[in-house]
Amino acid sequence: MKKHVHDNELVRKLNLIATRMRKKIIEMLYRAKSGHPGGCLSAIDAIVALYFHHMRHDPKNPKDSNRDRFILSKGHAAPALYAVLAECGYFDKKELLRLREINSILQGHPANTLTPGVEVSTGSLGQGLSFAVGVALAGKLDKKDYRVYVLIGDGEAEEGQIWEAAASASHYRLDNLIAMLDRNRLQIDGTTEEIYGLEPIVERWESFGWNVLEIDGHDMKQILDALDKACSFKNGKPTMIIMNTIKGKGVSFMENNLKFHGIAPNEEEYKMAMKELEELERKLEGKK
Amino acid sequence: MKKINPRDVYGETLVKLGEQNPNIVVLDADLSKSTKTYKFGERFPDRFFNMGIAEANMVSVAAGLASCGKIVFASTFAVFVPGKTYDQIRMSVAYSNMNVKLFCTHAGINVGKDGFSHQMIEDIALMRVLPNMKVFAPSDPYQAGRVAELMAEHYGPMYARVSREPMYQIYERDVLEEMEIGKSIKVREGDDITLLAHGLMLHECILAARDLEKRGISAEVIDIWSIKPLNENEIIKSVRKTGRVITVEEHSIIGGAGSAVAELIAEKGINAKFKRMGIMDVFSESGDPRDLFEKYGISKEHIVKNSMEMCSD
Ligand SMILES: Cc1ncc(C[n+]2csc(CCOP(=O)(O)OP(=O)(O)O)c2C)c(N)n1
Ligand SMILES: [Mg+2]
Repeated sequence: MKKHVHDNELVRKLNLIATRMRKKIIEMLYRAKSGHPGGCLSAIDAIVALYFHHMRHDPKNPKDSNRDRFILSKGHAAPALYAVLAECGYFDKKELLRLREINSILQGHPANTLTPGVEVSTGSLGQGLSFAVGVALAGKLDKKDYRVYVLIGDGEAEEGQIWEAAASASHYRLDNLIAMLDRNRLQIDGTTEEIYGLEPIVERWESFGWNVLEIDGHDMKQILDALDKACSFKNGKPTMIIMNTIKGKGVSFMENNLKFHGIAPNEEEYKMAMKELEELERKLEGKK
Repeated sequence: MKKINPRDVYGETLVKLGEQNPNIVVLDADLSKSTKTYKFGERFPDRFFNMGIAEANMVSVAAGLASCGKIVFASTFAVFVPGKTYDQIRMSVAYSNMNVKLFCTHAGINVGKDGFSHQMIEDIALMRVLPNMKVFAPSDPYQAGRVAELMAEHYGPMYARVSREPMYQIYERDVLEEMEIGKSIKVREGDDITLLAHGLMLHECILAARDLEKRGISAEVIDIWSIKPLNENEIIKSVRKTGRVITVEEHSIIGGAGSAVAELIAEKGINAKFKRMGIMDVFSESGDPRDLFEKYGISKEHIVKNSMEMCSD
């Protein structure tokens, strides 16, 4: 396991990448004229931390049997994953601008048969954690030391299958499985608490036999530390990292705005968003 | 003729496959004693996972294991997989093109006394519409084992259904060894009418053909155990010859193998008399399997009657 001191320089570098990814996401959705900005922007910091620092993976060898796996269970955040995969070199960045177009390798939701680096097709919520359980079981069977990371939406965790998977992961003592919950408190029709009620979320996961960490999901250092901590547990339990996030994070008018769950920015919104993100980018680059 | 339980053969075949290939992994959902996967579990406890009464999770877990190079057999009653897990099969297995083998038992109304809740008559329709998915319904107990072998040998998502009831042994070993995915087996040659069936209904057709012979009607009987892909050539050849075809299955008349055959002969423009026999878009009920076959119109007697009618004008 990697033991890292997550110094300021690393954090700045990753924050810069995340900002550039946010720009990519906005651009992709603007061009595609559809997609889900809110859930991409709340999840992107975690995905950047995984791919640009924490996970063991090789874009030139995407099927390497020893790779760490990342599974995007909340498939509607596909553009966030695509932006990162392209940046890592899994496929040509030009493909990003063909998101959701006919004959594109980038479907509206992840499709493993079309996109290098995508582990499984998702988009129907609730299945990714179960798939991750299967991958983690295989790792145990084959005595491999890879880890399995899976990102779940908080609304998604209303699905019964998530809890079937949660129970099976602890039953089979899958300490090679690390789930991350994008706790942005919003789903489509409203807040998670008015629609379904997910609290007490920490206790729920603990009672299913998981280690639970709770962090600020936009604080890069906290994300990196939590991932390392999740890898350090030696108690045979899977780990859930509850990431308190903001839906639409990084674009002021999208933040906590239900409207931007599943609507792409129009031209004016696109320009405003890019301006904000470019300012942030310059700041992180250390330029004026 | 001997009657043997296809589930027993399935369980034993899994053990054999497990011995040959360390990548075979088996999942069940608290019905391993009925599906007979427990035999594999006893022999290879490390590679057997009882996933509990949580079928949706089981199917997606199977996909995850398959993504790591495992050949995954997942078994339970056909009402639960695919019944409860269509979306998981659709996304995690078929669309993701994972090497998952859904081998399900207790398909059809022969389940008997448990009633409709446990009698799966829509599974072929559900699985047949999924791209990448192959669909099999063996008609002989040892054929069930052979189907499991073929499933293990070939990559891709596959679904097989077998009955709860024991089956008559129809085939000799050499016939089974020649089986290939997408091939059918001509069980009996005939000129007047083509009977196409799978599962327990194949034996009913064989009995019906014997009766029909006494009445001067020569029936060709073909085992369409491979429903998808279907052996189009053999079916077309036979129907062109006889000009009459009846499909018989323990499945709804909507969407099953009968529908697949209807699609085929209609699209090929074959001019033939055609009838689907199966469950007539109604809910079945509890009862003795033989009584159910009789009441729901798929027993040998019904096949004879329908064939006579078709051949009479
Ligand atoms: C099984 C299923 N039901 C419904 C949907 C439609 N849907 C897409 S996103 C979404 C809300 C998801 O909320 P959450 O998991 O909180 O995602 P986030 O807030 O991170 O975007 C819904 C209901 C779906 N994709 N899958
Ligand atoms: Mg949410």
